[in-house]
Order: sequence, then structure tokens, then C-alpha cells
Amino acid sequence: MGKYIFKRIIGLVVLLLGITIITFSVIHIAPGRPTDLEAQFNPKVSMEARERIAHLYGLDKPLHIQYIEWLKRFARFDFGISFMDSRPVMEKILERIPITLIIELFSMILILLIGIPIGISSAVKEGSFYDRFMTVFVFIGFAVPTFWLSLILMDFIGVRWGMLPISGIKSLEFEKFGFFEKIIDMSKHLILPVLVSAFGGLAGISRYMRSSMLSVLKQDYIRTARAKGLSEKDVLYKHALKNALLPVVTILGLSVPGLIGGSVIFESIFSIPGMGRLFYESVMARDYPVIMGVLVIGAILTLLGNLLADISYAAVDPRIKLE
Amino acid sequence: MSKHTNSTSAAFKKAAFLFIILFLLGFTPDYGDTIVIGSIGEPRTFVPILASDSSSGTICGLIFNGLVKYDKDLNLTGDLAEKWEVSQDGLEIIFYLRKGVKWHDGAPFTSKDVEFTYKSLIDPNVRTPYGGDFQMVKSLEVIDDYTLKVFYKEPFSPGLASWGMNIMPAHLLEKEDLNTTKFTRNPIGTGPYKFKLWKTGERVELVSNRDYFEGRPYIDRYIYRIIPDTATLFLELRAQAVDYTSLTPIQYRRQTETEFFKKNFQRFNFPSFGYTYMGYNLKDPKFKDVDVRRAINYAVNKEEIIKGVLLGLGRISTGPFIPESWAYNKDVLPLEYNPGKAKELLKNAGWSDSDRDGILEKDGMKFSFTVITNQGNDERKMALEIIQRRLREVGIEVKIKIIEWSAFVSEFIDKRRFEAVLLGWGLSLDPDMYDIWHSSKTKQGEFNFVSYSNAEVDDLLLKGRRTFNQEERKKIYQKIHKILYEDQPYLFLYVPDALPVLHSRFKGVEVAPSGIGYNFIKWFVPRSEQRYTR
Repeated sequence: MGKYIFKRIIGLVVLLLGITIITFSVIHIAPGRPTDLEAQFNPKVSMEARERIAHLYGLDKPLHIQYIEWLKRFARFDFGISFMDSRPVMEKILERIPITLIIELFSMILILLIGIPIGISSAVKEGSFYDRFMTVFVFIGFAVPTFWLSLILMDFIGVRWGMLPISGIKSLEFEKFGFFEKIIDMSKHLILPVLVSAFGGLAGISRYMRSSMLSVLKQDYIRTARAKGLSEKDVLYKHALKNALLPVVTILGLSVPGLIGGSVIFESIFSIPGMGRLFYESVMARDYPVIMGVLVIGAILTLLGNLLADISYAAVDPRIKLE
Repeated sequence: MSKHTNSTSAAFKKAAFLFIILFLLGFTPDYGDTIVIGSIGEPRTFVPILASDSSSGTICGLIFNGLVKYDKDLNLTGDLAEKWEVSQDGLEIIFYLRKGVKWHDGAPFTSKDVEFTYKSLIDPNVRTPYGGDFQMVKSLEVIDDYTLKVFYKEPFSPGLASWGMNIMPAHLLEKEDLNTTKFTRNPIGTGPYKFKLWKTGERVELVSNRDYFEGRPYIDRYIYRIIPDTATLFLELRAQAVDYTSLTPIQYRRQTETEFFKKNFQRFNFPSFGYTYMGYNLKDPKFKDVDVRRAINYAVNKEEIIKGVLLGLGRISTGPFIPESWAYNKDVLPLEYNPGKAKELLKNAGWSDSDRDGILEKDGMKFSFTVITNQGNDERKMALEIIQRRLREVGIEVKIKIIEWSAFVSEFIDKRRFEAVLLGWGLSLDPDMYDIWHSSKTKQGEFNFVSYSNAEVDDLLLKGRRTFNQEERKKIYQKIHKILYEDQPYLFLYVPDALPVLHSRFKGVEVAPSGIGYNFIKWFVPRSEQRYTR
């Protein structure tokens, strides 16, 4: 096991190196330069000034030199300084991660709490009205555009009924609140975003759960269990569910990078200062160090997520041995 | 235009009347309350000489001061400088600074700060985009704590306005690297508001500077909320969680004409400092002939574009100046919409539809061209669609291509890879347009990207920069305006209106040629209507 993990990690490092080379080249080859936005087409900003700024950013050096310099810094876990506001990239990313993580985590928990029971019950009642209703319901969640649903909810719940705040994550007076007031205030702000984001994610988990449960229920050992005279509850929850949950473990592993990835549309609509917006804004501004930082962290998490999924698979499924 | 002046003077009379009444009652405005600004953009830095985006600029403008500023009628007036003198030959400017001004940390403001700011602006290691105007300065001499002398290499009248650049505190920044200093998120200025906090992606908060040299601002707190989605921003406005923002024409005309808005908000409209145009690549053989460009001007109905795109909230543009500025030549009248004349001009220029496909040809070349514009601006896209249809009617085929901004600038504009381009210019208040129209400014990345070249305009542009007397400058720029409209290097389209909306509890707001922001520190909320009192 230890040897296996060691080998995998060596492989991952090589893979990561390849990923950084490709992403670095792609974002630098893409048309546009950071100085375009800097200048915002202001005639008071001369071409010389733009060239000088590009020079100070080191953008006039050959691409491979720029990459090696980036790599040297990366080896020390230093992602460099953002072009946009001259702050360390790591600081900018760390500042954004908590809120994205909180929302994604809560919505993931909600998805699991609602999606898995939906999947199980749909499988048990396969073909019934309930099953078909749930299918339609989760697919509506999947298909409805986030921005539309968000705006409708904001209009009714936020503006017309005044029940919840419309956007943002804190009230303007937040700093003056006491501890419990702060928690209540933030929770109020998070209800709509978490609900909307969970609604969109229900389809995936519940459908996986349903199909995996269905295939397990057709297995011989289920028939055996029933033949032994076990109660239906024991059959479903002791024998079937444990096995049916295996694929869900993989999905959970794969969704690790999503936890900090965030979503541009969603975060923009709700004015949430999360990772999705940071990434989008840096792409639009060609803020290369931040783009690289976000992508590399995403890549590392994806790779680790995969590894984690494999390892946990071995842990929960006795048929699989890692060597 | 007349509508605007009328409403201004009416507003003035009303305000004067109100003032007298209030004076008789012994009234003074109340202090307190908070104004919440809603903006889609987030500031980047509060080091003013590095700030090139409008959000940073807006907030820096409240925290810092320049030596000079524009008053409500768009004339230069003193800010940190009490007065100034320009020598006869225009080569020296002496600034006499205001005494007793303090930085927000209590340190006195002196000419050392001005010297420091100037040195940073011309320092090649500082990432400032604003060095250009200051390259004309030969040297700066500090005479005493409150007097300094600036020597220019040659007379440069726009230089005076460039001293509106925000002055930074030398005592805090002298030993810092401006590119990376912590000051960028913790600025100290001399302005009416002091920095309090900046929550990235959420808001920036300022508090009023009680010792401000022009008097304590009435509104205690200024909150700049970042709401990147315009639909959300509008919902926040409806919920009265945002007090001030800008409306789009459709929001102005269709969505805020309700009782609710009339009761709770005041809306304004006045010409913005910018115009939208279609620029021709004058190196392209199709556009070399001035009669062809005039024909296009006849063929495009500008009124129709303003009605369709801006819902009437704008005016026809005839040249590159702010309609309210002294440089604007009111005698330049827009050509009428006249497709007949357009066809005639095109015919005389040798364009005819010999193969009867509805599109004109000349020497075997079809009159068909592509206009490019940037992504994310629906007004420009719609304006282009209207132009496309009108030009089709006179036998010109227009294709539209929309490109993401950064790629648009670096791959198409900078490299001159376009036939025509639809864009807008934001205007600075000084009419100097050397960088946009002078024939020497056509190199890659420079701003005369249409490659306009007219010896007389070149001459006038230089003269305009060397003249300080406003009456003489007025003649020069009005002449440039006239020539540019005759030459039609751009198809000047429209000046959109600025459409700010403000909660009705704020009083003391008056529209002037410079807009409404000029007397912000005098805005107030009567105690009984204040909302944020905790």
C-alpha cells in the first residue's frame, strides 16, 4: 500500500509538471495582454508606458524563460504577485477560498442528504409515479438556468417579501454585530445561494444512486438475503445500500476540486467574492500569475482527489487491492 | 441641448429659492447617515498614480486631492493649490499651496509631497500609466514648504490640468516600493473621506474627514458595494439597499417609471463625457475618398440609432469634445439623414452597381466591409445592426464581428487589422486630442489607429497645446472640431446620457455641466430621514 501511494505520487508530480507547461503556454499564447486592461484605452496612457509596464512585469522575456522563472518560484510554493493589484497570488486565493468552500460544502451536504434518499427510494419504487415525479423534479433543477432561478428567488424572497437579503455575504453593519448576530446574518445571506446551488446538483447524485441501487438490487445476494427471510429494511439498508454507495465514493473524490472551484455565474449573481469570480476576473484582465495559481491549485486537488478516491475505494471495497 | 440648460437654470433658481427660505429659518443641513454606492467593478489599488480603472479612480478621488480640479462649470480651479501663475512664455508654472492642510494621519501637507508624487510619476520603475504628461516637465523646484515652481521643456497647456493628479504623502511612501506597498489597501490622503476598510469582492468603506479643508462632509459614511451583476444591482436598488448607481436606458425608460421609484429615488440625465463613433481604417482604399465617408454620414440615420439604442437618451455627436465644454463648436451641425444624397455622392465617387446584385462596385471591387467591436457592449452591437441596414439601402454591405476586449485591442486595433471599428472614447476635460488625431501618433499601439493625417489639424493640435489663453484655445479647438466633421475620419454617432439614480433622502444635489458629483460633500440627509444610524 505504502509503496503504491509513493509510486502514484511520483507519477502525479510528473503529470502536474506537464499540466503546468501546457496551461502556461496556452494562457500566454492566447491573444491579449495584461496591459490592455491596465490602460483601458485611455489616450493619456501612451504606448511607451504600456511597454514599460510590460517590461516591469517581465512579459518581454522569451516564453520559456518566463516559464522557468515561474517554476522556480512555484517550487518554493510562491505563485508570484498579481498584476492587477500587486498582492501575492497566494494571499488573493486564500482570501477567496473560505466562502467558496463554505457554500460548496453546505450545498454538497444538502445534495447528499436529499439526493441519496431520492435515488434509493426511486430505485426501490422503480417505474412508479413517485419515481417519475422525482426524475422530472431533479432534471428541472439540472436544466433551469442558475441565473434565472436566482433572480426570480431574489425578486420574490428578497425584494417583494423582504424575507432574506438579496446578495452579498454580510450586512453593511456586520462589523458592529455580536458573535451570534454575525452567524445569523451570514446564514441568512447564504440560504439562497446554497439552495440554488444544491438544487442544480441533485440530479447527478440521485441518478447515480438510483442506477447503482437498481443494479445492486438485481444481484444474486439480494435474492439470497430475501430468501433467508431478512426483513426488507435489512435487505435494503444492510446489504444493498452498502454496495450501492461504492460509486458515490468515486464521485465524492472527483468533486474535491469543485469544492474550491466555485462558479462564475453563480458568484456574480449573488455578489459572492469567491474563487469563480477571482478566476474569471483574472482571465479577463490577463492576470497570468493568478490564472496560473488557480489552475495549478485546481490541478493538484483534482489529482489528489483521484488518488483519494482510489485509496478509499480500496478501503471500502474488499475486492480491490492496490499494488 | 436647450432642454438641458433650461433645466439647469430652473434647478438653480429652485435651489436659490430654497436656500433663501432655509436661510431665513436659520437652517443648517444635518450631519450623519451613509450613502451606499452600487458598482459592478471592483477597485484595484488606492495608490492613485497606479489606478487606471474607474472604480479605483472614483474612490481615490474622495481620499486624495490634486493641486487643481475642475469646478462644476468645467473650469480649472485650485484644490490643494490656492492659486498658480503661468509665466508669459508658458514655460514656468508657480503653484502656491494651501496652508494648514493635514494628511489623514495628522502630518502636514507640504510641497515635498508634490515633489515626491512628481518623482514617482517619472520613475521608470513605477508601474504608472500616467507618466506621459509629466515627461514634458523639465524640472520641479521646491521654493519653500508652500511654493513650488515647475519648468516645462516647451509650453504645454494640458500640463496644467495634469496637476489634478492625486498627490501622495511623501512621509509614508518615500521608502516604499510603490508597486507593492501595503499603502495600496490602506491609503492616507488629504481628501474629504478617510479610508476605513476594504473587503475584497464585497465593499470599500470610507468615513468622513471632519477636518477637511473645505469643511466636514455632511454624509458620515461612504460605502462602495461591489455587485458584479447588473440585474442583481437593480434588485438591490429596488430593495433600497443601494442608494446610488447608474441606470441603463431601458431601466431609465421602462423599469423606473413607477410610483415606487418616483417616490423613493431621484433620477438624473445629462450628457456623459464620451461619444460613440465608427472609425474607418483610412489606409483602406475604400475609405480614402472623403466623399465616400460623407456619403456614409448621409446614409446613417443617427436620430434613429439614438431612439433605438438609447431610447432617446443621448444626442447626436459631431465631434470629439464634450458638448458642455468651451471647446465644442456649436456651429457644426450634424448632416441630415439623406440616402438620396449618399447615393449621389457614391456615384460621383465612381461606385456603381453594374452587376445589379444590390451592392456597389468600383474597379471590380465590391463595397463590402467588416466592422469590429468589443464583446459585452450591447449598445454598440445594436447601433451596428442599424448602421448595417441603412448602409445596405445605399448599396454598401456591412459585416459585424464582435471580439473579446483584450484580444480586440492587442490583435486588431494595435495591429491595425480592421476595416472599420465601432468604439467609444471617454473624454478628459482638457480638449487636447494630440494623441488621437496627430499624424505622428499612428505607430503600433498608438491611438490614431484610423491613421488620420491632416497637416492643418496637426498644426492646430500643436498650437492648442502651446496656448494657455482659453479664448485662443477655444478658437483653435473649435476649428479642429469643424475640420474633423468635414473630413469624417470617424462617423461620429452619439453622446450617450449619463443616467445616475439616487435615493430621494439625499438633498442638496444639483445638476451642472460637470454632472452631479462636484458638490458631493455638501449633500446631506435630514435627520428624520436618516437610515443608517446604528
